[in-house]
This record gives sequence, C-alpha cells and structure tokens, in this order.
Amino acid sequence: MKELLNVDKLHKTFKLSAKQQKLERTNDKIKVAVDGVSFKAYEGEVFGLLGPNGAGKTTTLRMLATLIKPDGGDATVDGSSIVNNADKVRQKIGFLTSELKLEEYFTPNYLYDFFSELHNVPSDVRENRKNEIFGLFGIGKFAEVKVADLSTGMKQKVSLAVSIVHDPDIIIFDEPTNGLDVLTARVVTDFIQTLKERGKTVIVSTHIFSLIEKICDRVGIIINGKMILCDTLENIKAGQNLEDRFFDIYKETVGEDV
Amino acid sequence: MKNTIITILKKELKRFFGDKRMAFTTILMPGIMIFVMYTFMGDAISGMVTVDDDYVYKIESTNMPDSIKSLMDGMKLSDGMKDIDTNGGGAAKEKIRNNEDELDLYIVFPENFESDIAAYNSTSGGKAPDVQVYYNSASTESQAVYKMFIEMMDSYEAAMANKFDINNDKNIKYDLAEEKDAAASIFSSMLPMLLLMFIFSACMAVGPESISGEKERGTIATLLVTPAKRSHIALGKIIALSIIALLSGASSTLGTLLSLPKLANLEESGIGSNVYGITEYIALAVVIMSTVLLIVTMVSIISAFAKSTKEAGTYVTPLMIIVMLVGLSGMFSDGAQKELFYYIIPVYNSVQSMTGIFSFDIMPSGMAASVISNLVYTGIGVFILTRMFNSEKIMFNK
Repeated sequence: MKELLNVDKLHKTFKLSAKQQKLERTNDKIKVAVDGVSFKAYEGEVFGLLGPNGAGKTTTLRMLATLIKPDGGDATVDGSSIVNNADKVRQKIGFLTSELKLEEYFTPNYLYDFFSELHNVPSDVRENRKNEIFGLFGIGKFAEVKVADLSTGMKQKVSLAVSIVHDPDIIIFDEPTNGLDVLTARVVTDFIQTLKERGKTVIVSTHIFSLIEKICDRVGIIINGKMILCDTLENIKAGQNLEDRFFDIYKETVGEDV
Repeated sequence: MKNTIITILKKELKRFFGDKRMAFTTILMPGIMIFVMYTFMGDAISGMVTVDDDYVYKIESTNMPDSIKSLMDGMKLSDGMKDIDTNGGGAAKEKIRNNEDELDLYIVFPENFESDIAAYNSTSGGKAPDVQVYYNSASTESQAVYKMFIEMMDSYEAAMANKFDINNDKNIKYDLAEEKDAAASIFSSMLPMLLLMFIFSACMAVGPESISGEKERGTIATLLVTPAKRSHIALGKIIALSIIALLSGASSTLGTLLSLPKLANLEESGIGSNVYGITEYIALAVVIMSTVLLIVTMVSIISAFAKSTKEAGTYVTPLMIIVMLVGLSGMFSDGAQKELFYYIIPVYNSVQSMTGIFSFDIMPSGMAASVISNLVYTGIGVFILTRMFNSEKIMFNK
C-alpha cells in the first residue's frame, strides 16, 4: 500500500494568557497541545484519531491542513512537506472542520464554482463533479438557496461538497458528524466509505466510538497531546469493545479514574 | 494562477453588488446625501442673509431734510417711510429692539441738518453734525436697510466734497481675477480635504467588513486552506475594495461638484465647477485612484489585525483622524508645495497633488512622484497583508 501521509513527531505549543493560566489553574506560560505525534496513513484507508476533548486532535489536523505551523516535527502529504511546501499540500488535501465556514450570503452552487476556480478545476470537470455530489447529498434542490437559509445538516453537506471540489487524495475530517442528526450523519459516514472505496485516504478525528468502529481501518489514540497507541482497529480493541478498551488505556495513561 | 486574483475579485464584487441595500448605502447614498445637504445648506445660508426683493422697509425719521428724502426715493426706500417728531423716538427704538418687523430703522437728523453741514468746516476741529441711525443687527431686514442707508449717506457726503473718485467707471472691470482663478481658490482649498474624507469613509465602509468580517465569521480560514496564494487573496481583495471605494468616492465627488457652487454662493457670480478641463479631471482621476489603493491597503491591514468588524472600526478611527488633519492642511496652505520631497509623503502627497490640480498649477514631476510612491506603498502593504494572512497568530486570534 502506498504511504500517502507521514506524520513525524509533530509538536505544537500555545502561549497561555494570564487569564487562561488562571482558568487552567497552572503557572505554566506555555501549553503543549501536541507533543511529538507521529503516525502514517496509507492509500485507501480510513485513519481515526480518537481522544477526549482538548487532547490535541484538532490541533494536529489543523497543522496537517497547513492552517497553523508546527513548532517542531514535520509531516509529508504525498511527499510534500507541510512546513516547507504548504502550497503543494493544500492542492492535495481536502479539509473539513466546523471552524471553516462558508459565506452565508452565497448559494451552494456559487460557492462550489468559486472554490473549484481557486483549485483550478476545469469547468467541464467541475460540472460533472458538482452534479454527482449535489445529487448524492440532495443539495440540488437547494443549489440556489443562500447558505444562511439552509439547515445545519444541509450546511454541513455543502461544506463537505466544497471541501473536496478538487477531488483530493487525502481528506481530513475534523469531527465530521458533530451536531448532525442521525440521517445526515449517516449520509456523511456512507460518503466516507465511498471515498475509501475509491482509494482515497481519509483522516477522521472524533470522540465517538461507534463512528471509529464503523469506518476506521486504523486508529491512533491521543491523550494530552501524546499519541498513546496507534494500530489497526482490531489490534487496539484486543477482543474488547472499543469503548471499554479506551477507558482502560485512559486509566493506564492518566493514572486516575475518568 | 493569476486568475485567482480575478476569482477573489469577482467574489468580493458579487458579494457587494448582490446586496442591493449595501450597494445603495455605500455608493449612491453618499453622493445624494452630500448633494441634498450642501444644496440645502447653501439655500439656507443665502436665505438667511438676503431680504426678499419686494420687501418694504419700515423706516421712521425725525427732521429728515427733503434732499435726503429724494435720495431715499431714488433708493426705493421711501414707501414705508414716515416722519415722527422727537417725542416718538423712545417708542420707535422700542419697536426696533423688539425685532418683530414693526420697524426696521429709525433715523434722527439734527434740526437744521442742511444749513449745519453747509456751515461746518472740517478743519475747525469742532464737532460735526451727527446723524443718529438706530437699527437691529439681529434682524436681516434692519441690518440690510441700515447698510443701504449708510452707503447712501457716505456717497452723499462724498458728493458734497468730491475731490476724487475710485473705480467710478462702471464699464471697466477692475477685478482682474479670471473666473477660473476665483473658482480655483475656492475649490483647491475645500476639495482635497472633502475628497480625502469621502475616499476614507468609503474605504471604512467596506474594508473592515471584507477582512475582519471574514475573519470573524470564519470564512477566511476556508479560503486559506485552498491553494490560492495569500498574495493573490490580498490583491484580489484590495482591488475589489478599491473599485467599490472609487465608485463611492466618485458619487460623493459628483455630489460635491454639483452642490459646492451653491454652498459657496458662487452661482450668482457665474462660477461653477465647469471651469476645469479634461486634463484636470484625468489628473485628478489618476491621483485619486492611487490614493484609494493606498488607503484601502492601510485600512485592510488594520482590519486584518482586528478580531472583529467592530474592533476594526475602532482601530481605523485614529488613522481617519490623521488623514483628516492632513486633508485640512490643504485648506491653510498657499497653493501646492514645490519640493519633490513633499510628494512622497503618503496621503500628504495626494492632498498636494489635488491642490495643484484644482488651482491649475499641476507639477508633473510631483504628481508622478505621488502616484508612484502611492503604488510602492500599496505594494509594501500587500506584502504585509500577505504575511498577515500567513500568520496563524493574526488570522486565528480569537
């Protein structure tokens, strides 16, 4: 299997303001968000990042998406470094997170075309892709409705469609089903399966065990910015169900009850 | 990849012009408002200082000699005129003081005015016969008739001892200022400041919205994960904002040019903004375009620092005050600067160039220096903005 993503000891710290220090009851001026995380992902697999809130999942993914720069370590996306070759990386990945918003004033149709142009997608290819994905997600009916007037689920579907206008080989989803109803969540998980069948590499971060069990081939467990365990789903579960296994690992790592 | 700039530019323009209310309030409104306001102000001011043509001045007088009466007749002041004796003086003064249009002027002549002045010798050092004229400066009519009467009496006095005249020939034009010079002095003192103000407020209306607004709403992050070059995003936005600011500035300028002659009361003297020719307008357009680019860039950089549109508005205000003050400097200066150095100081160079244009005194090297230096500053600004788009600390400071 071709290795598409190689994350090598990524490190990221944030400065804490005096107020944040008080909130976190610490005297440290610096918070280590991601502490030497490494993992690999291969063509045609879904890699899951599992961890509690604040573990560093989103920060890791934001570094991979080149929104923020690591303080140490590097990662290569299909051979391009996120540190030295961010422009190239941006061409190769699709990134979906709740942090990335669509301009509410525009319609899904316009936004799809706009982002296609930014990705230099030829217009005939664009129309084909648009028809396919709008059909798949049922966006067609709402193609000319302003994003502001769409439901949360429909907005998320449009964001998803827009994030992959350039048909990237690596797709990074940060909490893709958060805040969605079961029907829409189902559409999204089905879509991730479809992407995998097409040979794409999908990186998903979540704290929802069932989602991991359903779609991931391999899983990395992140706690307090450290990659505690990274293996295939089967090996990590070691015969248990994922939820029980995770609590065991958490107890071992943090050394206290959850 | 050049078309990334166009893509961003088109999106920004679509966003702006698609929103009819925003387009109307930013582009058409300022021009209309300025035109209506200035015209109204001009009318109100001239209404305050002029008296209706058919107004009959109410004048009371004591001991007015016939020679003066016939002069009054010649001035068409005798229709509302009435003689009273000295005892009525107190009542007359009271009526003028009341300022209720009962009486405009009360004139008291010495009893034997004509013979007194005939007997008076100015070299004797004695007290000259004194005419007392009571009026009320708070009343437009009273003030007007007072002035007319004083002028009339002055020429009466001059006529009695006429030794020489000044500018007496009505057929000679003594004021040698050309019509365009008169316009130039007014326009060149007011317009640079006004134009700068319009341009700045237009930039302020759209800049923060487009940059800190996108940051605030999280839509800029969506742009930043695309392969679009940061410099292209910055340029696309700056060009789009400049186009909008230019349109808004053009509308304000048009409103001003059409209403300023009325405001400055120039219309009666036949002076209008049509004294400027195509050269002036082209030069003005070039200067304004480069100024708009510079100001949009400055506002954009400040907006990129701000966390929200509101914050951007606060941060931009000090810059606005500085720009206004620089604009004001044009009002007090005596024509445009001659040293080239002044034409590379941002904003000040635009004021100087505009002052030069409006006073028909264009300094080509100065104008070139202004435009080029503005473009250079814009380039530096785009570079800074690009760096800011690349900085996670600035783009994601919540």
